[in-house]
Amino acid sequence: MVPTNYYVILSAILFGLGVFAFIFKRNIITIFMSIELMLNAVNLAFVAFSQALGKLDGQVFVLFVIVVAAAEAAVGLGIIILIARNRQTLNVERVNLLKL
Amino acid sequence: MLEYLWIVPLLPLLGSAVNGLLGAKWPNKMVNGVAIGSTGLSFLCALEAVREFFESGQVLFHKEFFTWIAAGNFRAGFDLQMDQLTVVMVLVVTGVGWLIHIYATGYMAHEGGYYRFFSYLNLFMFFMLILVLAANYVLLFVGWEGVGLASYLLIGFYFLKKSASDAGKKAFIVNRIGDFGFMLGMFLLFRTFHTLDFKTLFDQAAPMQADAMGQLGMFTVACLLLFTGACGKSAQLPLYVWLPDAMEGPTPVSALIHAATMVTAGVYVVARSHILFAHAPTAMLVVAIVGCATAFFAATIGLVQTDIKKVLAYSTVSQLGYMFLACGVGAFSAGIFHLMTHAFFKALLFLAAGSVIHAMGGEQDMNRMGGLSKKIRWTYLTMLTATLAIAGFPPFAGFFSKDSILLSAFQNENGGRSAGYALYGFGLATALLTSFYMFRLIFLTFHGKQRYDEHKVHVHESPRTMLVPLMILAVLSIIGGWLAAPAMLGTGPDYFTKFLQPIFGGSEAAGPEGEARALELTLAGIAVITALIGVAVAFWLYLKRPGKADSLAKSMRGVYTTLLNKYYVDELYAAIIVKPLLWISTNVLWKAADVAGIDGAVNGIAAGTTAIGDGVRHTQSGNTRSYAVWVVVGALVVMAVIFFWPFGGKPVLGMLR
Repeated sequence: MVPTNYYVILSAILFGLGVFAFIFKRNIITIFMSIELMLNAVNLAFVAFSQALGKLDGQVFVLFVIVVAAAEAAVGLGIIILIARNRQTLNVERVNLLKL
Repeated sequence: MLEYLWIVPLLPLLGSAVNGLLGAKWPNKMVNGVAIGSTGLSFLCALEAVREFFESGQVLFHKEFFTWIAAGNFRAGFDLQMDQLTVVMVLVVTGVGWLIHIYATGYMAHEGGYYRFFSYLNLFMFFMLILVLAANYVLLFVGWEGVGLASYLLIGFYFLKKSASDAGKKAFIVNRIGDFGFMLGMFLLFRTFHTLDFKTLFDQAAPMQADAMGQLGMFTVACLLLFTGACGKSAQLPLYVWLPDAMEGPTPVSALIHAATMVTAGVYVVARSHILFAHAPTAMLVVAIVGCATAFFAATIGLVQTDIKKVLAYSTVSQLGYMFLACGVGAFSAGIFHLMTHAFFKALLFLAAGSVIHAMGGEQDMNRMGGLSKKIRWTYLTMLTATLAIAGFPPFAGFFSKDSILLSAFQNENGGRSAGYALYGFGLATALLTSFYMFRLIFLTFHGKQRYDEHKVHVHESPRTMLVPLMILAVLSIIGGWLAAPAMLGTGPDYFTKFLQPIFGGSEAAGPEGEARALELTLAGIAVITALIGVAVAFWLYLKRPGKADSLAKSMRGVYTTLLNKYYVDELYAAIIVKPLLWISTNVLWKAADVAGIDGAVNGIAAGTTAIGDGVRHTQSGNTRSYAVWVVVGALVVMAVIFFWPFGGKPVLGMLR
């Protein structure tokens, strides 16, 4: 049996990687993937705690997050396709029409 | 009619409303019809009410028409009453007022704002009638303020003229000072008696212990406060300054409001409250001294004025002083008697002066008149009648009323015999000055050399609508005093005093006997001789030796300029009251409180918001990745709050247990 601590630490590392990529990457698709990474890090923590506490609440939440993530992926990818079509780029630095 | 007494004041109000709302497009004749008709009807109704009053045996009529204010044990109602004093006032107001309305249709015929003028004038009549018919202090105060409003509107009738609108404001503000005292007086009376109804209040007050001389008891304070109000309204020292300026209004207004009726309201209030004043000898003495001082003071200013209406204005202030002198020495009926005769002859003087101004095409400076007696004969004759009346020559009205005032002043023992003699002395000196400046006016205006350019001024007699009221008032100025004549001749009582005796009490109504009668005749003789001296001096200075007056003025330059500048009272008030007030208003209230404080706070909040917005704006860089950073920072803040905030900490951490 793997201790819960390990799962939580793994989850934190994954989440930290996600945040790091979210802030520093320039490609929109990479940013999008880093969001997915963060969501899944959270999912991991949820199931770990669910297992440790012997409650199903965490697993229910995980299913919920997956559904939301799917919807988010659909909308997000749609936006990305539109940006790629209109601006011929996926570099987030160049999507700056609102810049001062 | 007594049962429907409210109709008397209501008719002018209706006239005012009709003319004011609909009259703008009407021809003058219709406006005339409404204005004269409503006041005339009101006069007839008043006459009928008075007839019924006499028929009922002259018992006080009092009726509560409706309750206006009811709060706790306080009640102020629309209650009207009719007693002997009201009879005199109501007939003077409606009668003289009606005559002046008729006159005004002629005088104002060529003026703009014709309907507006008559609307205001009728409004004035309404409030004045409320004032004299009211059966409690609160309703009286409604009329009191209302006539002030009408006065303000009419003084500033030519509102495009700066001096006229300034004069209106001055009248209003100075009156407010007096009204403040009046209101405090009412509050004190209510606190003491828990009512402001005349009858109940006076019935309660009558058996009470009077204040001693020099004691500042409730009666003294209340009376002095009421008298402050009277000083404002009736232009007594030190609040008289508005009345001379009020001459900016059209002449009929000066005649009706600033001579015959409104300015006498103060005298009326003092007479109406005579029971209170009888309990306050100190207040009585103050009233007498202020009245006497005002009479003398204003008369001296009147000596040197050259504007025909200004002379009459100071004369009005002076005569009002006489009325207060009478009230102050306890001769209330003499004061009211003078009020009545003064209403006749002073209204006549103003209207005749208006007729002169009309004839001269708007000229008011007596130095540019002269020799008018032949050209405007009727105006001259009526004005001469009024002048004889005000100067106090028998058998004209002013002789009887002024004589009874001087007699009462002479007999005054309140404040010691010497006080009586001093009051009499100044009263007599005022009589001398009065006769001098009035005949100076007559000689300068109607006699001597013609001092105007005949080619420029086409002198013409006024139309009949103006002359007929003059003649009626002239007749009244002659016979108005005859009610007191039998007492003078020793053939009967003084009918006027006898008529008012149920209100003011006293036993003099029977007519003086023996020694007292001899005294009265002596004093009357002295008064007539004094008046004759005044005429003689005026005749000598202005007709016999024209130019003598100027050289006299030169030799007494200091006195002359002081008088010409009205003792610099306006300048003094400007320096000690207006200027500091203006300075405080400008620098403290305006620049410090309003601009720096209130505006500063409002503008400061706006500027602060702008500054914060300007700073925070930089977080919205438009750079997508900076938004990503903000999302992370936000999440961190939320987490920090959840874990470390003392309130939110427990339940969230509890899940991990």
